[in-house]
Amino acid sequence: MTKNEALFKYVTRIGDNSLILGQRLSEWCGHGPVLEEDIALTNTALDLIGQATSLLKYAGELEGKGRNEDQFAFLRYEHEYLNCLLVELPNTDYAYTLARQFLFDHFNYLMYQELLDTDDKQLAAIAEKSLKEVTYHRRRSSEWMIRLGDGTQESHERIQFALNDIWEYSGELFEADEVDQMMLDAGIGVNLAKIKTEWHKNVAEVLEAATMTKPQDDFMQLGGKNGIHTEYMGYILAEMQYMQRAYPNCEW
Amino acid sequence: MSSSEWPLWEVFIRSKQGLDHKHAGSLRAADAEMAIENARDVYTRRSEGVSIWVVESKYITASSPEDNASFFEPSDSKIYRHPTFYEVPDGIEHM
Repeated sequence: MTKNEALFKYVTRIGDNSLILGQRLSEWCGHGPVLEEDIALTNTALDLIGQATSLLKYAGELEGKGRNEDQFAFLRYEHEYLNCLLVELPNTDYAYTLARQFLFDHFNYLMYQELLDTDDKQLAAIAEKSLKEVTYHRRRSSEWMIRLGDGTQESHERIQFALNDIWEYSGELFEADEVDQMMLDAGIGVNLAKIKTEWHKNVAEVLEAATMTKPQDDFMQLGGKNGIHTEYMGYILAEMQYMQRAYPNCEW
Repeated sequence: MSSSEWPLWEVFIRSKQGLDHKHAGSLRAADAEMAIENARDVYTRRSEGVSIWVVESKYITASSPEDNASFFEPSDSKIYRHPTFYEVPDGIEHM
């Protein structure tokens, strides 16, 4: 693997995380539990889609085959998407949606913060813009964890149940492979081991304030970063890609 | 949890430094922190503001429409209270 190939994969992974989570959150549009949440959550979805646009555009340039961000988003096959499994999990209910968001926001925040110092200028510029958005995402989802965890007995039970259930998808965020190592050595990528320590500390603080129990790290589900996805992924792509597949090159 | 159980909040937005906070609307939220965040998401997503105030609607005391005649109509006939005989110099905004 050349450095450029590794960078292409690295950028695609970050972009796909944003793209797929943005798509997932957008499913709530018009279905939010209250009007204010409906708007807030779709704002977050739009932030993520915006980040994905910048990242996948850059990935297209790195690939050098003339593909743009739209072709990356709408015309790849499932195994070519390199997002982590966590972001493709179904919304299920508001507890699952927020627990997923909480775990991911804390990761995303630390990652972009580290990427401010990357040697890759393009990535640094994207990180600087995205970090402001992600800082707010993290604040919002952390507030919600506390509100639900330290809320009523039912809200506490449901958010704890959701957190326990999806915890096994959190480990993949920090699973470093050859791509991560090459990028770290090149001064481009982030140190996942360092982020992992901080992530656990930050997550534990919020969960304590939320009177919740932090699940134990046990068996972790892996695969998404290398294109091996859960059964949910195909359904996301079917919905997301429908227009481009049915009406190739359609624009609006 | 239904929205009817959440208190109503009034939202005031300062559109830029030097201007007053203006009433932007209202929304529902479980607590003050959430009201600020919801206000950010609902009322400033198109760059409408640089500062947000929220206050729970129940803390606002309003005049009663029944008092309108005695409160406001007497001033309608007192044109001399309007400083309409001054010229505002060019370049003075927001007066």
